[in-house]
Amino acid sequence: MKNKTSVERTSPCLAVRILRSEAVRSILSSVLCIIGGILVGAIILILLAAFSEDIPISDAFSGLLIILGGPFASGNTADILFNLGDMLLEAAPLMMTGLSVAIAFKTGLFNIGAPGQYLMGAMTSLLVALSIPTTEQNAFFVWLLALVAGVLSGMLWGAIPGLFKAVFNVNEVIVCIMTNWIAANVVSWIFSITGDRYINIAETKTKFIRTTASNGVATPKLGLDKLFPGSNIDISIFIVIAIAIVMYLMINKTTFGYELKACGYNKNAAKYAGMNEKRNIILSMAIAGGLAAGGAALWYLNGKNDFLWNTYSSLPSEGFNGIPTALLAGNNPIGVIFSATFLRYIDKGGFNLAGYTAFNEYVSDLIVAVIVYFAGFSKLFRDLLVMKKKRKNKIDPGK
Amino acid sequence: MVFLLQKTLIYAIPLLIVALAGMFAERSGIINIALDGIMIFGSFIGAVYVYLIQKNDLLTGHPQIVFMTAMLVAAAAGALFSLLLSFSAINLKADQTIGGTALNLLAPALALFFIKVFFMQDKLVMPKDIGFVILNGDMNSVGRVFFDKAYVSTYIAAGLFVLLSIFMYKTKYGLRLRACGEHPQAADSVGINVYKMRYLGTTISGALAGMGGYIYIATVAGGTCEGTVAGMGFLALAIMIFGNWKPLGIALGSLLFGLLKCIGPTYSFLDINGDGICALKELNMPMYFYNIIPYVAVLVVLAFTSKKSRAPKAEGIPYDKGAR
Repeated sequence: MKNKTSVERTSPCLAVRILRSEAVRSILSSVLCIIGGILVGAIILILLAAFSEDIPISDAFSGLLIILGGPFASGNTADILFNLGDMLLEAAPLMMTGLSVAIAFKTGLFNIGAPGQYLMGAMTSLLVALSIPTTEQNAFFVWLLALVAGVLSGMLWGAIPGLFKAVFNVNEVIVCIMTNWIAANVVSWIFSITGDRYINIAETKTKFIRTTASNGVATPKLGLDKLFPGSNIDISIFIVIAIAIVMYLMINKTTFGYELKACGYNKNAAKYAGMNEKRNIILSMAIAGGLAAGGAALWYLNGKNDFLWNTYSSLPSEGFNGIPTALLAGNNPIGVIFSATFLRYIDKGGFNLAGYTAFNEYVSDLIVAVIVYFAGFSKLFRDLLVMKKKRKNKIDPGK
Repeated sequence: MVFLLQKTLIYAIPLLIVALAGMFAERSGIINIALDGIMIFGSFIGAVYVYLIQKNDLLTGHPQIVFMTAMLVAAAAGALFSLLLSFSAINLKADQTIGGTALNLLAPALALFFIKVFFMQDKLVMPKDIGFVILNGDMNSVGRVFFDKAYVSTYIAAGLFVLLSIFMYKTKYGLRLRACGEHPQAADSVGINVYKMRYLGTTISGALAGMGGYIYIATVAGGTCEGTVAGMGFLALAIMIFGNWKPLGIALGSLLFGLLKCIGPTYSFLDINGDGICALKELNMPMYFYNIIPYVAVLVVLAFTSKKSRAPKAEGIPYDKGAR
C-alpha cells in the first residue's frame, strides 16, 4: 500500500510524465519558436500590405499561405512532387552542415568554418569523381572513393582550427574565418591551374565545373526519381539521416562522445580526469569538418549540380546556414534532421511567393531569422514549462 | 605605392570602426557576433536615407554633408538594431551566439526583402557618387596618401578612434564598462549597474558597426547596397581578437590586414620603389596567392602571439545577480 502511493507520487500520470521529459520539452519549445516566427512574419506582411498602396491586403494572407504550404503550394500534383523531391535533395547538404555545427557546439566549439570545409569537400570529391575514368573503374566505386576523399579533405581542413586551438590556444572562431577565405582562394586557384580538364566547356558553361554525370558518376537513386518525377532526388537524404543517427549515438552513448563533450564543458577538468584534451579538441573539429565536407560531396556527386569554381570572393551559403539549422535543433543531431527539412520546406514556399504576390522569397529568410532569435531564449520557454508543472504538483499534493 | 596605401586606408577604415565596435561589446561582457548583421542593417538604412535625399533634391551640392549625415543615420539604425541583441542577451539571458546569429540572418533578410518590394531588384544603388575629399592635387607622396582620394569618413574614423580610446581608458564610464566584462559581480558590489553598462557597451557597438557598414558600402563597395558586406563583420571580429581586445592592437591589425588585403587586387600594376618595374607581377604568381596572404599572415602572427591573448573574462556569460 505504502509502496503504491510513493510510486504514484513520483509518476503522477502519463500526460504529465510526457510533458516533463526533456525531449518533449525541447520539441515543444522549438514549436513555440516556429509559431512565434511565423506570427512575426505575418505581422510584417499585413502591416506592409496595410500601409502600401500598391499591395492589396489579400496578398498578405495568400502570401502567408504560400509560405506555410512550402512545396505543396506549387499548384498541380506534378509540380508538388517535383518540388518535394528537390526539397529532400536540398535538405541533405543542409543537414550535414547543420550536424557539423551542432557536433562542434556539443563539444564547446563554434564551427563557423563550415563554408570553407564545404568548399574543400566539394573540390576534392569533384576532382576524384572526374579524374578516374569510369570506363576502367566501376562507377559506384569511383562515387564511393570521391565521397570518402571529400570527407577526408574536410576533416583535414577542419582539423586546422582545432590544431590552432589545442596547440596555440587561438580562438577557433578567428581561425575558422581565416580558413574559410583561404579555402575559397585555394579552390579557385586549383581549378584555375587544372583548367580545361574539369571546367564545363562542353556545355559552354565555363564558370562551372563539369557535372560528375559527364563521367558517369552519380549518387544512386534507387527509383526515387520515379517517385518524384522531374526532380534530381537521390538517396543522399537517407545516407544523411543514417549519419545523423550515428552522430547521435556517438555523442550520447559512447565513451568517445562523452570525452568530446567533457572537453567542451571544462577543458581543465577533462585533462585532470586523464583525458587527452588536445587530441579531443582536434578530433571534434575534424569530425565537424568531415560532416560539412560530406554535405558538399553528396550535393555535387548527385551528378547534376553545377559547381561555381571561381569562388574566391564568396562563400557558400550552405555552410553558414548550418548555424541556424543547428541552433533550431538545439544542437541535437536527430533534431537537425527535422530543422533542416523545415528550413528547406519554408524556402520552397518563399520561392513560390514572388510569382503570386507582391512579396518575394526573402520573407522565408525573415521568418527563419525571427525563429532563431526566439530559439535564443527557448531555454526560457522550457523553464516556463517546467515551472508550470512544479506549480501543478504543489497545488495537488494530496495525490 | 601611393595608390596601394590609398586603397589600404579606404579598406582599413571600416574594418577599424567595426572591430572597435566589437571591442566595446565584448569588453562589457557581450559577445557581439552580430557585427556583420548590424553592418548590413546600418548600410541599408544609410543607403535608403541617401536615396531619399538625392531623389528629393535635398542638400544638392553638399555631398560631404550627405555623407556625414548618412553615417549618423546608419549609426542610429545600428544602435537601434543592436537593442534586439541587448534585450535577448541582457534581459532574457539568452545565448549570445544564438541572438547574434539571428541578427546576422535578420539584417540581410530585411534589407533584401524591402529593397525587392520597393525597388523591384536585388540591390539599391545610390544614384549619385559620393565624392572624395580632394584638398590639393599637388602634394608629395606622403600627403597624397592621407589627403588625396581619401573620404571624409577616414578623418572621422581617426577622430572617433582617439575619442573612444580615451573614453575606454581615461573615463570612469570606460572603467566601469571594462569591469562589467571582467567581473560583473564585483562591479555590482560597488554599485555599478551591470545591465546598464552592458546596454551601453552593446549600443555603442551597434552604432559603430552601423556606421562602419555604411562607410563600407559607400567607399569600398562603390555605393551599392546588396544586403551583404562580404563578411566584413566577421573579419572585424577576427581583427578584434587579433588586436587582443585593445584599441591600439585593433588599429595596427586593421591597417596591416588592409595593406596585405589590398595587394591582391593591385599587385599587377604595383610599383613599390617607383622604378617603373612591377616586381610582384614579374614573380608570375596568380592573384589567388596574394589573396591568401593576409589570412595566412593573421594565422601565423596569432600562432606566435596567442600566449599573451586574453579575452574579457566574463564575455558570453549572462549576468545573474543571484549567481556566486
